[in-house]
Amino acid sequence: MSASPDFSRNFTDPRALKSFILSTITVGCAILACIPLFSVLAMLILRGGRRFSLELFTSLPPTAFDSGGGFGNAIVGTVVMVGIASLIAVPFGIIGAIYLAEFGPHTRIATVARFCAKTMTGIPSILAGVFAYSVVVMVTGTYSAVAGGIALSLLMLPTVMLTAEEAIQMVPAIMREAAVGMGCTPTQAMWKVVLPKAMPGIITGVMLAIARAAGETAPLLFTALFSDYWIFQGGAGDLMEPTASLAVLIYNFSGMPFENQIQLAWAASLVLVLMVFTLNILSRLIGQRKK
Amino acid sequence: MSTPQSAATTDEVVIDCRVKKIFYGNFLAVRDSHVPILKNKITGFIGPSGCGKSTVLKSINRMNDLVRSFRFEGEIRFEGQDLYAKNVDPVTVRRYIGMVFQQPNPFSMSIYENVAFGLRLARYKGDYDARVEEALKGAALWDEVKDKLKNNGMSLSGGQQQRLCIARAIATRPPVILMDEPASALDPIATRQIEELMVELKKDYTVAIVTHNMQQALRVADKTAFFAVDISRGGRTGYLVEMGDTRELFENPREALTREYLSGEFS
Repeated sequence: MSASPDFSRNFTDPRALKSFILSTITVGCAILACIPLFSVLAMLILRGGRRFSLELFTSLPPTAFDSGGGFGNAIVGTVVMVGIASLIAVPFGIIGAIYLAEFGPHTRIATVARFCAKTMTGIPSILAGVFAYSVVVMVTGTYSAVAGGIALSLLMLPTVMLTAEEAIQMVPAIMREAAVGMGCTPTQAMWKVVLPKAMPGIITGVMLAIARAAGETAPLLFTALFSDYWIFQGGAGDLMEPTASLAVLIYNFSGMPFENQIQLAWAASLVLVLMVFTLNILSRLIGQRKK
Repeated sequence: MSTPQSAATTDEVVIDCRVKKIFYGNFLAVRDSHVPILKNKITGFIGPSGCGKSTVLKSINRMNDLVRSFRFEGEIRFEGQDLYAKNVDPVTVRRYIGMVFQQPNPFSMSIYENVAFGLRLARYKGDYDARVEEALKGAALWDEVKDKLKNNGMSLSGGQQQRLCIARAIATRPPVILMDEPASALDPIATRQIEELMVELKKDYTVAIVTHNMQQALRVADKTAFFAVDISRGGRTGYLVEMGDTRELFENPREALTREYLSGEFS
């Protein structure tokens, strides 16, 4: 070798230049992906933050020419209906996932169920509303929180079941073998060893499903409608009446020609986003806690 | 077959394992192997890879039932009862025949709960603390973990995890413990500790161990069974070549194949 090679960086080399440009573009795209979230948040904080006060959580929606008011009943309504949806979707979803992951992964039933769940994750949410309308509202004769909850559960169930199945499958096979080797029945192995280990993943899936359900408007339009009153009046609650929800309130109020209602719609949007945000962060924390 | 002199009346056969055929689907994995497991002795299974030694071991506590295509022909008698009889519940079998696996696999719970797991399964009504301590001492792990019983079992080192798995297996005092290459995933020091542990364990338990390390069999096993692969009929079927006192087998093997394996001509 006559002369020592030149190792210094050289941007006139077309390959190095191309690599540098493409790497920069990937960074740019990643930053671009963050822009929508931050801009939505910024807009909501600016517009909705102005109205933020305790009154929002304690008062009922104002009528046409009123000032003030809040959407306490809508918050309660959202929580109640998502709660009903969870009570249906979570047990069925987890138990179904146990079958898919453990007892019948290759059976015909499992294949069909998995296919149905995957298809349902893409279902337009309005169809869940229409289905719940014909099955619950028409049968019971009234719009209700229960109907709304059932519609939301149809949207939650596939997500809960598929993420729970994945979480259970991620438990190392040797741990399950250890449980079986100790003399556990299949149910004992699942209940004592596999499920506890899969719990963080399952809870993450549940919280993500809840976050989605909390923001859905279309299914509630046909099932819970809306209400200007609290669900729980004088101690007793009536779940078989039309019920307010944050999503429907935003939909209704944002179309009204009244400045008061429009401001409330912004504030409600902010509250809804904060709820969804909190659920997402919680789900990440729980998912990481057990690592 | 063990030599007549050693199968004397003092050596009681706890598990009489008579394999006719073991299939995985259409694949004949093991044929014609009679392996008696003697009480309070360590029986070692050695042989080249693919010879079926792990398959036979796992058949003893019905662990192969987890494989869908597994089929067992023959009988395995535990104190006279055939474990593959029609009405036998494999779950109960596994509570009497414990197993330690190649990869340490503690549960993701505290060390205490790992060891107490079998006791809870058996609905033990006595003093849990005492039994957990006894098991951890028996597994030579007590001194290292007695101050951190609440820590997660998976936070221990590999050798400690394996000793935890042994403690978990012996907590319920099963008459027989099967070990499938228990030290192969461990470093040499941890391996030595496990081997010393095994020799201690045989005072109270019957142990059968599969090992791919024949020196390990020489060090710990009282009786050794040598398996090999039979390719004469087209497939690769494992079978028992010969079995006997470890010293005898290593110094004066009866079969040529045994002599070739022990001298390292194949592995």
